[in-house]
Amino acid sequence: MRSSDNNVLLSVRGLVKQFATKSGPVKAVDGVSFEVGRGQILGIVGESGSGKTTAGRAVLRLVEPTSGEAVFDGVDLFGLSEKELRPYRRRMQIIFQDPYSSLNPRMRVGDIIGEAIDTHGLAKGAARRVRIEELLARVGLSAEHARRYPNEFSGGQRQRIGIARALAVEPELIIADEPVSALDVSVQSQVLNLIQELQRELGLTMVFISHDLTVVEYLCDEIVVLYLGRVMEKGPSRAVHAAPRHPYTRALLATAPIPDPTVKRERVILQGDIPSPLDPPSGCVFRTRCPHATEACAKVVPPAEEVGPGHSVACIRHAELFS
Amino acid sequence: MAAASDAYAPPRLLTLILQRKTLAVGLLILAVVTLLAVLAPLVAPYSPSKLSIVNRLKPPGAEWFFGTDEFGRDIFSRTIYAGQLSLLVGAAATAFACVVGIALGIVAGFFRKADALVSRVVDAMMAFPDILLAIALVAALGPSLATVIVALGIVYAPRLARIVRASTLVIRELPYVEAARALGVPTWRIMTRHVLRNLVSPILVQATFIFAYAMLAEAGLSFLGVGVSPEIPTWGTMIASGRQYVGQADWMTVFPGIAIVLTVLSLQLVGDGLRDLLDPRLRKDL
Amino acid sequence: MAHSAAVPVRPEAAMLADDVMLKADDLQTHFIMGSRAAKSVDGVSLTVRRGETLAVVGESGSGKSVTSLSIMRLLAHPGRIVGGRILYRLRDGTVVDLATTGQKLMRSIRGREIAMIFQEPMTSLNPLFTVGDQIMEMVRLHEPVSRNEARARALEMLELVEIPAAAKRLDQYPHEMSGGMRQRVMIALALACRPALLIADEPTTALDVTIQAQILDLMRRLQREIGMSILFVTHNLGVVAEIAHEVAVMYAGRVVEQASVTDLFARPKHPYTKGLLACIPDPKRDRATDGSRRMLDPIPGSVPSIMALPRGCSFAPRCPLVEPACEAEPPVLERAGVNHLTRCRRHELL
Repeated sequence: MRSSDNNVLLSVRGLVKQFATKSGPVKAVDGVSFEVGRGQILGIVGESGSGKTTAGRAVLRLVEPTSGEAVFDGVDLFGLSEKELRPYRRRMQIIFQDPYSSLNPRMRVGDIIGEAIDTHGLAKGAARRVRIEELLARVGLSAEHARRYPNEFSGGQRQRIGIARALAVEPELIIADEPVSALDVSVQSQVLNLIQELQRELGLTMVFISHDLTVVEYLCDEIVVLYLGRVMEKGPSRAVHAAPRHPYTRALLATAPIPDPTVKRERVILQGDIPSPLDPPSGCVFRTRCPHATEACAKVVPPAEEVGPGHSVACIRHAELFS
Repeated sequence: MAAASDAYAPPRLLTLILQRKTLAVGLLILAVVTLLAVLAPLVAPYSPSKLSIVNRLKPPGAEWFFGTDEFGRDIFSRTIYAGQLSLLVGAAATAFACVVGIALGIVAGFFRKADALVSRVVDAMMAFPDILLAIALVAALGPSLATVIVALGIVYAPRLARIVRASTLVIRELPYVEAARALGVPTWRIMTRHVLRNLVSPILVQATFIFAYAMLAEAGLSFLGVGVSPEIPTWGTMIASGRQYVGQADWMTVFPGIAIVLTVLSLQLVGDGLRDLLDPRLRKDL
Repeated sequence: MAHSAAVPVRPEAAMLADDVMLKADDLQTHFIMGSRAAKSVDGVSLTVRRGETLAVVGESGSGKSVTSLSIMRLLAHPGRIVGGRILYRLRDGTVVDLATTGQKLMRSIRGREIAMIFQEPMTSLNPLFTVGDQIMEMVRLHEPVSRNEARARALEMLELVEIPAAAKRLDQYPHEMSGGMRQRVMIALALACRPALLIADEPTTALDVTIQAQILDLMRRLQREIGMSILFVTHNLGVVAEIAHEVAVMYAGRVVEQASVTDLFARPKHPYTKGLLACIPDPKRDRATDGSRRMLDPIPGSVPSIMALPRGCSFAPRCPLVEPACEAEPPVLERAGVNHLTRCRRHELL
């Protein structure tokens, strides 16, 4: 297996997260597996209800996973107590979507970043101040910003502060949950560039969660496509885009708006709505919207089948449809 | 609107207060009342306990601004001195309520198991009228100044507990709290740094109201004879002792009554004003 | 307000060309706060042609939403139209200036002549009434029809927007529907009185990609079938490419470029438009065959506050082509091609 491979930093296997709701249990994530190589960017793509955010949170144990394992550098994070987990908190960080609610409005920027430094006892006094200034400079802000409060910054600047906070503990893995979705287009590209620079210069490993297939194709080395808590397709970004093997991936690619009016694409407009995770379809969860669904699709949960190096697809008809 | 920050300079606190009439008036009255009470030995023309049988039940006039009581004591001096204790009881009860209420509320907001118990007790306590609960507690603990403070503190703690719990439940789900958890910040630090610090405004507002309620309740308890000992001048005990003379010497009740009304009114104004001042939605419009 | 109740055909109304439904001319909408005025819309001119879609695209604070609210005259206090004209052709052929139309006439125009849909369909629908009731109310407000006729129309509308089991959905409440369904209901409601112009303010922004594709497809089909004009407000250039015939790019309260959709994307004549297009990742352009990535070309800085706009061109502080003249005086709209306007004095360099 690749998981014993020294080049894999994070290996998630069979991740399940079930929430208890008033209307019964809901499996937000249902048996998701993926691996992230050191220094790689893995993209997790999905629409609402796909479980992409929950999966990211569960890996960091910000929500308690129901079952499965997440092996980080040889250690299963799900088997650790909160105390045993603390040293790993320093090695994995998160960046949030909403640049407004992700910063404590009552704390100065310096203290927001400083808290990360203090929690792990990384620096004190003058060294701490210098470190904060370095981090601010690193994300394109200036030292004097440390004294200000979050409400004095624009959305893009706030996102930079959130990134500086995550970098403060010198993590190896960063989970970025839709980090540019809430930003203006012109600011998005600034933050995407910053993320790439940091990833390259610091050798970071990243999980980039997004609904935007174009951004993911551009940024990520590997892609996992989620739908209703399950993996539909995963593989190298280029392979998945060049030759998508799952009807859902194909539909996503066909419907992502491209800023070029001359491009004429095959129109695959999926009918209907994403089903409620409370009552997911039997067999393949995508079959209710799939243009190629047959009776057989309702009977079995399609297993992941290898279709290329590191490229797998969970569809029983992929061979007859797309090869 | 993204770069509005460049032009942003925080207005000075004094300017902010003066822009709000209710807050400014409330604070002014409260300051005068508090100063008079604190400086009572300098301001009061007579000792509050100096008896003068000859001058009993004298009406207000040049010599005794507020008149005298049945023992010839100067009502003006007594009202000023009484302010010390009335304010002390109010402040101490509020402090007690804050400590207990905040602790219960934040624990209930963070730990589901504790919440079941805390919320039940809080709901049960809030089902009783304040004054009835206070009387029962004083009766159980035995009447004394300390008992009154503790009893009123217990009576008003649930109000704070409820507000703190509700806000904690909201804040604990916010991304910045998640960020702190992802950093490994210990729970107690998350509680104080991230949750409590964002609750300062609602707690402050609620505390001014509790201060007012507690002062009123203390007067009520004293009036009913279950509060502090009648010899100790508080606005409540003064009204209680003046009650027998309402027909012949109404100044005995009117002036301490006015003192209570003014102080409670000022606290309410301050509370309302703070609520406006600290509400970020209203503040942005400035 | 100086708005007169009755609006006769004015002599200048004849200026509205036959194929034009709506023409905003130097529209100024300010939000007046004390002595300061935020010039949210500062001299916007745009044209919506009959049966076509004009996309108004811009980032936050560009004034795109305020422009659409100005046309509908739904500005919240303290917003006010302080200048310019919004010429609109009514069904009977008369031309009115919506900027000065009386409230009474405006009420009869909203819904019947011009309808509007918003980003969040949940908050635009009344949670206490069934969707059928809401469409029926709309119909009966503008047309003298019976309850049964109105109900039949409501059903017809739900079928028109391809809501499955429409008869059943008629008696459902908004909260019983998904976001995509609610947006379809909003469109049904908007189109119930067959308006000639539909204003859509970010109608797909809150929706998932696959649902967004459905709604865009629906809007294109309805436009073909009904022949209505659409003013489509969005921040998403990808959506613009899919739906628009004409595009107006807004920045800091002004239209900086207007052109046909093919022209705009192929030959942007304003550095801002060019910058926007360059900073959207395009995997074909930005990834080499070995998988390595090219950095994006972001527009430096951020959108200026409308309370503190630069004196000259408001894009000058972020513009790669800036010269001293740009900072001295605001540029005027210049012709940069057939039906191609740009507010840049250096557009030949592009």
